[in-house]
This record gives sequence, C-alpha cells and structure tokens, in this order.
Amino acid sequence: MAKILMKGNEAIAAAAIKGGCKYFFGYPITPQNELPEYMARELHKTGGCFVQAESEVAAINMVYGAAGAGARVMTSSSSPGIALKQEGISYIAGAELPCVIVNISRGGPGLGGIQPAQSDYFQNTRGGGNGDYRLLVYAPATLQEAVDLTMEAFDAADFYRNPVVISADGMIGQMMEPIEFKEAPKRELLPKDWATIGTKGQREPNIINSLALDPAELEKHNIHLKEKYDLMEKNEVRYELYNMENAELVIVAYGTTSRIVKNAIAAMKEEGIHVGLIRPITLWPFPMKAFDAIPETTKALLSVEMSMGQMIDDVKIANEGKLPVHFYGRSGGMIPTPDGIVESVKKVLGGEK
Amino acid sequence: MMKQEIICAGFGGQGVMSMGQLLTYAGMLEEKHVSWLPSYGPEMRGGTANCSVIVSETPIGSPIVTEGTSAIVMNLPSLIKYEKHLAKDGLLLINSSLIDQKTSREDVKVYYIPANEIANELGNGKAANMVMLGAFLEITKVVSIDSILAAFKKVFGPSKEKHIPMNKEALEKGAAAVRG
Repeated sequence: MAKILMKGNEAIAAAAIKGGCKYFFGYPITPQNELPEYMARELHKTGGCFVQAESEVAAINMVYGAAGAGARVMTSSSSPGIALKQEGISYIAGAELPCVIVNISRGGPGLGGIQPAQSDYFQNTRGGGNGDYRLLVYAPATLQEAVDLTMEAFDAADFYRNPVVISADGMIGQMMEPIEFKEAPKRELLPKDWATIGTKGQREPNIINSLALDPAELEKHNIHLKEKYDLMEKNEVRYELYNMENAELVIVAYGTTSRIVKNAIAAMKEEGIHVGLIRPITLWPFPMKAFDAIPETTKALLSVEMSMGQMIDDVKIANEGKLPVHFYGRSGGMIPTPDGIVESVKKVLGGEK
Repeated sequence: MMKQEIICAGFGGQGVMSMGQLLTYAGMLEEKHVSWLPSYGPEMRGGTANCSVIVSETPIGSPIVTEGTSAIVMNLPSLIKYEKHLAKDGLLLINSSLIDQKTSREDVKVYYIPANEIANELGNGKAANMVMLGAFLEITKVVSIDSILAAFKKVFGPSKEKHIPMNKEALEKGAAAVRG
C-alpha cells in the first residue's frame, strides 16, 4: 500500500480502526483532540460507535463496560485526563479485561501545560491506580511505529486480557509523517467466553468484577495476575540498540526524545565521540536485557527525558550499579535540543575520564 | 539537495500550515523523507502560526528545526521571531506586502516578495502563501510544482480541485518574482 501523510493523532485512530477497534469513548483534551475527532468521523463507517462521554471518568467506565462485553475498545486522553481514568484502569486490570488506552502526554503536574512532555512515565509504568497490576506500555518514536504498535495493541490486550497503553507525547500527536498500514502480526487468541453478552438461558452467568473480599481468594488472583505479568516480561520486551559499538557513553531515551538524541549522536560522531543509544519501545516491561549489550568501552550512562527524571529509576535498576548513571532532561513542555544533549554528554565524559 | 529544514510562519488564516503540508506531501510523493511539525497552542485565526518542515534525501531524526536552512515569513512578528533561527547562509523569504522592515541578518540570502499584492492581482488575496511557496521552489527546487499540485488534491480533497488553476498561477507568479 502506498504511503500517506497523516497527523499522529489521526494515524493512531486510523490504525486502531484497522486493528479492529469498534468502540471509542473519550473526552476532549489538547493535544490529542484529532484522535477522537477522527473516531467521531470514521468509526461508525465500520459499524462501530463513538461516544463523547461527559467526563474522563465516565469514558473509562464505558471502556470497562464495552470490554466486558468482549468488544475491541479504546480511549484516548492526555496526562491530566489519564490521571482521571486511573481508577477505571485499575478496575479493568483487576477484572482482566482487554482495552487500549492512548496517552498523548503534556507537561504537568496538575493541569500543567499543553506542550509535549514525558513526565507521565511513572503514571504509565508504575500505575496511577491502586493494587498489584501492570500495564503493557508501548512508546513509539515515529508515526510509522505508532501505527504499527496501535494495530498490534488490540491483539496484545486480548491475548493478556489486560489494558495496553500507547504512550506518546504531544509532538507525536501533532506532527505529520508518511505512514503505511501494514498487515499486523496476529496472535493466537482464545474465544472470549468470559464476556457478559447474555446467557440465553444456556449457561451460568459470567461475572466481571474487581471486588474480592476474601483475602485468600484475592491473593490467589494476584498470584495469577503476576504470572501473566511475568509472561509479558518474558515475551513482550521491545527495544532498539543504536550506534552501540565502541560507545564511550550510552544514552537511554524513548519516543520523541530518542529522535533528538539520534541527531546529537550524529553531531558527536563528527567530533569523534562515540555515543550509543538504548531506546525502550516497551516502557513496561522495561528492556532490562538491552543493558547486556553495553560495550566494555562505556564509562557512563545518561538518561535523557522530557521530564525531571523518571525513567532514570528503571535505568538504575537495569544498570545494577555497574556504571555511573547521569541525567539530562527538559520539562514543562520545553524540548531538549541536540546541543543541550551534546553539552551534557561532554560534561559527563569530562568527569568520568 | 541533501536536507532542507524549513520554517513557515505567519498569522493564523494566512495558509502557513497548508503551505507546509503541501511541501511535505509533495516531498513524500517524490519519495523523499519528510516531516511536518506544527506549533500548537490555544490561539486560532489571527494568532501566530508556524510549522517546521523537513525534506531530506536521508532518514529524518528529530522533526524539530532549531537552525533552519530556509524560513518563509508572512508577517512581521514571524520575521522578528524566526530570522534568528536561520542557519548562516540560509534562505529568508519575506512577505514584503505585510512586512515593511528589512531583516537584521547580514549572513543570509534574502528575498523580499510582495506576496499579497501579487495574489490580489490574481484576484485572490488568500493565495499569498502559494506565491511565497512558488518563489521558494524556484530558488531551492526542493520539489517540483507538479508535485505540489498533485499534493494539493491530497491535502485539500477533491472538492477544492477547481482552485488548482488559480493556485498554479500563484505558484508561477511567485517563481517569476524571484527569477531574474
């Protein structure tokens, strides 16, 4: 299929429809509005349904309901809107229902601003909701990757019966790049015999619930969930390694920031400084094993983020105390520049040499 | 052409975003690597509008333009804001119909184009963006006018195809304005 030029938000929406999304519930917030707009315009054409909810809380609970009926369902929002959805997300994870949640993030905390940020790393990977649950979190760096991952996300959600998050920032939502809708890899999926679609008097009712008052029963449920998350850690980790050979320093960056880092790496190459990049594509499960590829020449790690430093915690866990871990970031909607990154690398290497 | 990093800037309603989109789409049709990044904010018509476009022979890293190879500025605030984001020896296209001052940069190549006057002569003042785009293409040859017209159908849809002849004329008048 020929390439087409689309805005990130629209491309994600189009990819979701191609991925089988039939229902979308959302509430407006910048910088992701083109996504629900596209859904409002297009979803009904495939026999699906778009509803603008009265609030984010309502939207995520509509997702809960549709997912419980076995439908492929999605919601999207931006940082403070995702914060409002956390209760629902925890319930959905607890009830083991599949859905896809898009976070086109912006600066925070609170209402914050509307410019791009990556300060929802904790929110997305640590869970803003309560309890022992995990979300599979994809962090695309290009629109093509956003499209590919969104198309795959619905299968992944169904496979694990768990919410999947597409974590991108306002820049990916707003920019345009050529994309191509490719055939997404399919997973072997079981029938949704747990869905509450009416017994027709022929079976016992299915019950969807996240309440378990018996501690022994709840612990058993949590052990079952943990086994599922272990399987995700084993099978779902994705990352990119870039320019790692003879790297004096390795940067860890994801999404938009990783693209800026690549410009900085090219600039440093011209000066004879070798810098590698580990780019997590799944933020959870975090690509711990990518750190095995760090060469012996590497003296330090640098986490570069559009936040005050959140992913750096996972970088430190993955590093297991082996190398010094440094941080460079901009926040509040300010975007790191290649020059700023180069300067930061030089400062680190100056100190480590 | 290895890589063109272009800043298009003006006020909302001047067709700055669509000028950038046409360039981006045309680049894609010519199988180049492209990206289009808008500023976004609470402002609408009458507010400031700008976008960064990259058209490149090689894959694009960051879509952000911090030091442009070219800037097309449609109004005075855009000139003041973006002339400093232009690389040395960069190209600066100034809409002299609305900007009555000169650039403060002495190390760039500058063209003053009375885009609104030219567009008004064609009977459509709204085509000033196409006049500027025509001038830009004449100087840089980043993409062909034919690719822009092919992109026009994609960006604006079939209902706007009737405007293609007028827009083609605006592109050609813009090109003529800098030919010489």
